[in-house]
Formats: sequence, structure tokens, C-alpha cells
Amino acid sequence: MRTVFRESLIAEAGRADFVFLTGDLGFMALEPLRDALGPRFINAGVAEQNMVGVAAGLAKAGMRPWAYSIAPFIYARPFEQIRNDVCMHDLPVVLVGNGGGYGYGVMGGTHHAIGDYGALLTLPNLKVFIPAFSDDVQPIVAHLFTETHPAYLRLGLSERPAKFNVPAYAPWRRLLQGDGPCLLVAGPLVGPILGAALDLEPSVRPNIWVLSELPFPDPPPEFLTDVNRCDSLMVVEEHVAAGSVGSSLALYFLAREKSPRRFVHRTALGYVSGRYGSQQFHRRECGLDAESVLTELQRRY
Amino acid sequence: MTDDRSFSLLVSDARVRLLRMHFESRVGHLGGNLSALDILLCAYHRSLKQEDVFVLSKGHAAGALYVTLFTLGLLSDDDLRQFHKDDTLLSGHPPPAGIPTIPFATGSLGHGLSLSAGIALSKKLKGEAGRVVCLTSDGEWNEGSCWEALAFVAAQKLDNLLIIVDANGLQGFGRTSEVFNLEPLAAKFAGYGFDVAEIEGHDHDALCHVLQRQGGVVIARTVKGCGVSFMEDRLEWHYLPMTEEQYHQAVREVERSCEPSSASRS
Repeated sequence: MRTVFRESLIAEAGRADFVFLTGDLGFMALEPLRDALGPRFINAGVAEQNMVGVAAGLAKAGMRPWAYSIAPFIYARPFEQIRNDVCMHDLPVVLVGNGGGYGYGVMGGTHHAIGDYGALLTLPNLKVFIPAFSDDVQPIVAHLFTETHPAYLRLGLSERPAKFNVPAYAPWRRLLQGDGPCLLVAGPLVGPILGAALDLEPSVRPNIWVLSELPFPDPPPEFLTDVNRCDSLMVVEEHVAAGSVGSSLALYFLAREKSPRRFVHRTALGYVSGRYGSQQFHRRECGLDAESVLTELQRRY
Repeated sequence: MTDDRSFSLLVSDARVRLLRMHFESRVGHLGGNLSALDILLCAYHRSLKQEDVFVLSKGHAAGALYVTLFTLGLLSDDDLRQFHKDDTLLSGHPPPAGIPTIPFATGSLGHGLSLSAGIALSKKLKGEAGRVVCLTSDGEWNEGSCWEALAFVAAQKLDNLLIIVDANGLQGFGRTSEVFNLEPLAAKFAGYGFDVAEIEGHDHDALCHVLQRQGGVVIARTVKGCGVSFMEDRLEWHYLPMTEEQYHQAVREVERSCEPSSASRS
């Protein structure tokens, strides 16, 4: 996903207002972007508070700044700068967090971001973008250059199943249609689940939806139809329950008195065993791996 | 001569208007406003040009900034009467929008210098004229983000950013030298490669002179509560509102200090 991200940005390098700031990250990845941007590529050092404040100042002066780091370092360390300097002023700063969720795996908990979008969505004006596949990155990047509000772009590992044609980017997309229950996944976690579901018999295949923007725009009628048809919904995301897609969606249904009879929510649970491992290890510990999710779906429905 | 009679009167009137505004709104924070007022008035009346940007990083001196804008006709007397009231734009710390020449909401310390650096960097990238003037407090330099910003300004060679430190020697709960001693400040700034000037921060001639600089750091040695004897260099005036008696005494002192026979601080 990061390679497509880099190339998508290089395609915009001719814009005189585009400034890219990195918190001293991007070795063996962002060098071509650095070369393309010249003085508008700023290594702001290991100083994320300042980097975000500088980005706000740049945006106030009419530039289009992107500030990049590992996900926890771009949202948690400079949180007050995001709140006061960026969001209170409703400035079009793009915060880019690489490796959302458990993306940095065995690097350890300091490098994970399992509460990022929930925390950020408490702030005014900010929108969150979570591409599900590499294919989504370019259209999202292109959109972000027209965005008039603060944005957080959560990058992860694209795990598109082989030979699967990703539908054109949209905030809500149905990736798989079947006669089974309805499953909604946030972001790239959908890849391995989709891959496993494709092997299921059509009669038990779930309807798999992926969501990539928060706060979520109103769900499309097709999604509501899928939920109503089986009167159930399972929401899965690599994020803690607080501030999650699942909790927001539960409120959405409650407010409209249309809650499905069965509502299952699988989330990041932190560090269940107190041990560390790959992203897949942590997903398994939380029941977010494809096998656990699909087994739970079959068991419940 | 920079500190001519009319400017002295303007400063005196502004000081009185600041006292009145805070008194009428029953608001404290006077000490740091009175230490910063001369700097703000010299900057806005004698130094800043159309293409310059001013950032008040020490947002708790919002009152002094509002009064300065009032002296320029950018805020009205009615506006000042709304200070700290319900349904006002003139909150205790500057708001994010709605007041001319105030670009940012500040008040949480350690933000203004990074914001200033962003604007200064933008000017560099665009080849725009003008500079950014950023006023910080001295206690504010307790914040690590200030030092991040300072290193960034040095690394990016932002010589179009002038940093002013209102060094009144007192912070929220003690003397800066005792709470979090950062002296010698000038040597620290110089160590980052900055050209540093240290001046008496209520000397209008000295202020107006250094405020012509394009970049670097100015340490303005000021007095918290300047101009009011019972407030000067007293910690409690970081917070306390005035009683009516104190207010009248403060106004008398400020007005008397500007009478022709009085010795000027400058």
C-alpha cells in the first residue's frame, strides 16, 4: 500500500502547494518522493508535535501539507497539536499513519495503533480514510488533495485475494454477495477474510461489505437490505471497541429503531496473552483472523 | 525619537484600557498581560508591516492583544466590553477565527512557535515577502515542543521568523529560575545558532529597534504586572482579578507615570 501511496503522491508533485513532512521515516520507501518534491519534502525530524504544528501553519498559509509517520506517532504523540492547531482551525492537513492497527506486529505495543481513529474522531472537522486495498489508495490520495477539512489516512497491508477484482473505490462497498449473513469490515482487515470466504459454498457465503471512511456517510440501501434480510450484522475491525465503527453503527441503528436482532462486534482486544507477535498473531488472539470470523458467522447464523 | 510623547500616551491609555477591561470582566491574568503590552504595542504600531504575521504564542496575554488591536481600530470599545462574557469572540485566550490579525487559537503553551514556523516556511517556499513575529512567554519554554520548534527553525534556516521571549521571570506557580531553570536562556538560543538580543522589555526605543529584525531571538526582560506597583513581580497577579479599590489605584498609578514630570521607564 505504501508503494502505491508514494507513487500517487509523486503524481501530484507538480502542485506548487504540496508539502510533504515526515517524522524521520521513509527509508527505502520515500526517497523517490523526496527527489520529486525537492525543497517541499521536509524531514521534520523525530519531533511529531512540531511537525503537526508546522503543518497547520503551512495549511493556514495556503499550502497542502501531508504529515507522515508510523500510525501511533502521528496521532497519539501530537494529539493536542492535532486538536488545537489543525482541527480547531479546520485546516486541510493530511495526517498519514503507516501501519494502523497491529500493522507493526512484533515491533510491539508502542508501535501499534488500535485506538487511532476512535480518538481522532472525537475531534471537530476531521475525517478518517482507511483504504482496504492498494487499489483504493490513488483515488483516496486524489480526493485528499481536494479535501477542505483535516484528514487522517490509515495505511495498512493490502491483502487482496488473487484474481479478485476490487470494485471502484467508494466509502461503502459490497465485495461479496451470498445467501449467508451480513459482515462489515473496516479497512484492509477485509482482505484475508474475503479470501477465505471466496472458497465457501455460495449458499453459506456471507455478504461482505467494507467501510473506508469515518464518520461514515449514510449506508447505501443495499447494505441496509442485506442487514434486514438476515436480521443480523457482524462488524469486524482492527480497533478497540471505544470509538469504533461497530459502536457508531449500533447507535445508527438504535436511533432509527432498526437494530438487527443479532449484532456481533469483533474488535482489537489489546494484548490478550501479554505476548507479542506478527499482525496475524494479534488478529488471532482477538478473533479477528479469517477463520475465527467466518466460524463465528456460521455458528451465530 | 521612537518613544515620543504621543506614543507614551498611547501606551499609557492602552494600559488603562487593559486594566478597565479586566476589571469590568472580573478577570485575572493581568501580570503577564502587563508584561507583554509594551512589546505588543511596539510591534503593532512601530514594526509590523502588511505582509508580516504576528502569532501570540503566550495566549494568556490575549487581553493585551485585544487592547492593542483596539488601539489600531481593529476592535471597538464595545468589543472590549464583551471580553470574557457569554456569547463573545473575545475569550480568555485567542479564538481560532473571527478577529482580524489573529491567525491562531493559542493558550495551550508550546504551540505558537511551530505554527509560526509553518507560516515562515510557506513564505520561503512561495518566495513571499514578510516575516513572522512570534511572542512566547518564558515559562512556556518549559514545554518540550518549544525546543522541537526551535531546532526546526534552525534546521530549516527560517531567518524570516523573529522569536520574542517575554521574560518576566514568573510562571504559574513560582519563579522560572526555581521551577524549571532554563537560564542562561541567551546561551541556549545561541547554541542553536541564533542571533540573540537581550533588552529591557519596557524600553520602547530598544523594543522598536530590535523589532525591526527579520529573524533570530529577542529576550525581552520584563516585569510581571508592569506599571502597577502592587502587581509588579508578584506571582498572584498571574491569576487574581482586581478589587474596585485596587483597580482605581492601578489606574491612578499608570496615569501618574505618564505625566510629563514622571520619569519614563525608557
